[in-house]
Amino acid sequence: MSRIAAKFAELQGRQRKALIPFITAGDPEPGQTLPLMQALVAGGADIIELGVPFSDPMADGPTIQRASERALTYGVSLRIVLGMVHEFRKTDATTPVVLMGYANPVEAYGQAAFARDAQAAGVDGVLTVDYPPEECAGFADLLQTHGIDPIFLLAPTSEDRRFADVAELGSGYIYYVSLKGVTGSAAIDLDEVARRIPVIRAKVGMPVGVGFGIRDAASAARIASVADAVVIGSKIIETIEQSPAGEAPARVTAFLREVRTAMDATTRGVQA
Amino acid sequence: MSDNKYRMPDERGHFGKYGGVFVAETLIPALAELDEAYASARNDPAFRAEFEYELAHYVGRPSPIYHARRWSEALGGAQIYLKREDLNHTGAHKINNGIGQALLARRMGKPRVIAETGAGMHGVATATVAARYGMECVVYMGSEDVRRQAANVYRMKVLGATVVPVESGSKTLKDALNEAMRDWVTHIGNTFYIIGTVAGPHPYPMMVRDFQSVIGRECIPQMSALAGRQPDQVIACVGGGSNAMGIFYDYIPRDEVKLVGVEAAGLGLETGKHAASLTAGKPGVLHGNRTYLLQDPNGQIIETHSISAGLDYPGVGPEHAWLKDSGRAEYVTVTDDEALKAFHDLCRNEGIIPALESSHALAYAARIAPTLARNKILLVNLSGRGDKDMHTVAEKAGIRF
Repeated sequence: MSRIAAKFAELQGRQRKALIPFITAGDPEPGQTLPLMQALVAGGADIIELGVPFSDPMADGPTIQRASERALTYGVSLRIVLGMVHEFRKTDATTPVVLMGYANPVEAYGQAAFARDAQAAGVDGVLTVDYPPEECAGFADLLQTHGIDPIFLLAPTSEDRRFADVAELGSGYIYYVSLKGVTGSAAIDLDEVARRIPVIRAKVGMPVGVGFGIRDAASAARIASVADAVVIGSKIIETIEQSPAGEAPARVTAFLREVRTAMDATTRGVQA
Repeated sequence: MSDNKYRMPDERGHFGKYGGVFVAETLIPALAELDEAYASARNDPAFRAEFEYELAHYVGRPSPIYHARRWSEALGGAQIYLKREDLNHTGAHKINNGIGQALLARRMGKPRVIAETGAGMHGVATATVAARYGMECVVYMGSEDVRRQAANVYRMKVLGATVVPVESGSKTLKDALNEAMRDWVTHIGNTFYIIGTVAGPHPYPMMVRDFQSVIGRECIPQMSALAGRQPDQVIACVGGGSNAMGIFYDYIPRDEVKLVGVEAAGLGLETGKHAASLTAGKPGVLHGNRTYLLQDPNGQIIETHSISAGLDYPGVGPEHAWLKDSGRAEYVTVTDDEALKAFHDLCRNEGIIPALESSHALAYAARIAPTLARNKILLVNLSGRGDKDMHTVAEKAGIRF
């Protein structure tokens, strides 16, 4: 069983939903990434999504673009990100790490070499934003061969036939993009999410995480009442941006604890 | 739009290993909707007839072919013929595609169009057709290009468009494209994204090529009438590559005609400050398609340089990548200085002010013409006029208005 599958099984036993925070590797500077990852775990993260910086992050809003640009000023490459995961694994053998990024750094690294090195570094899942299922059957196979879950996105606009594609190629969990637009956009349609999640979960046969537009404990708790996992990105990046030097890890932990508490209160309420 | 025997791309938009649909899931349904709408439109005689009517009466097609006799004589070799896309309404080939996509937007019931632009010609073309068909128009333009192309920015505003300067990344065409994609994904319901070149996710490379293929389709009878035969070489500049695909397309099955794409070597390939993706790049994925890209060893897209904003792009249309690998077309480079010289030479010898983009194709013709016999024919796509470049050229000469 992969670390991701094991994590979801464990959470289900404890009647908890997964909290999946996102940070960009190398933001605000490379030395901060390991302490920030540990701070996420301390705040109650179940899985960490680690963004791989890219020069042209088309699907991201201004907040994550800025994080990418900051990391790139330090030359944070995919190879360096794998090194960061390797370091994190020395201190944490259980928290799954999912790399989230764009296709071109993987293309430049070489798909096969990347799958091999990612496994060796201790990566558990890979979400490549601009590799939709129809363009990455071979890459998904390579990842599976190396024990890495290929994570796919689904959107409110996704048609039913997409479910079969991602069910066939993907594993671990589905990342449901809860609104139209880029990362960090505003409102979220909770009713729509509540309607869609059970349908998607039944069709793809894996846990469904929801992200895009979740900015605080209250919205996270509402999502936790219907989804299997809550993904929070832009809000954490903003917290890092606004922290004085050295204080980012403590502030991120504090923010996540709040979210964790609200989520757990909700899911206990649902069970009771 | 053409009865061409050459059949590319395949159903999913692949030109060999290039092209495809490399976008986030949020855009997949929009592209599927577009693909379906375009497939139905391109086979609809009424749509084709309206497109052709607009090209004839609004754009002013067919554009003539002109034999540049004095310049050919001065160069002392092959005869240079110019396909005069500079004489189109709005001054470049971009309007052909603008009309096609605006008609498709109207057919799909989308009241809002968006576009990215580099030199501003595609932005002007989009603003023009938006005014013509009564649509809301937003144009994304890198802030660096806004500075370089102030006159075109004002033209777009006069035509009623909103111009949004893009401050991210290198503040040029690629960043404008990123921002337009972000707008599209946020306003998918009412918005049509008019991409200006033969790049982006399928069906854009095919669709833009189809709309631009009117250029080459006109050339075939025009060359027969004017020169009694087809050219030995067809030469066009390549940034994204839409004017080149437009003139190449109907010539692809005619093996006796050599196809040459001219990329921007900027300050020289050896300086790293250029925009020659096919010549100096390697395959990767950007902006929805797999193609040749200028990138660092880690796959980060690098900043490009060309004196012409329209060629200043780190990628290239996937069909050009395919034509290069298959050997059907050849790709060469021309520096800023060579392009400037050709610009001035055409002005002085023929009384035609070419766009700096097109000047790259002219410069290559000028380089090889003297090495060829006088009965050889070079057909150059004069893709746009140079009025928009006056201040760039003047700046180079140390003149301030």
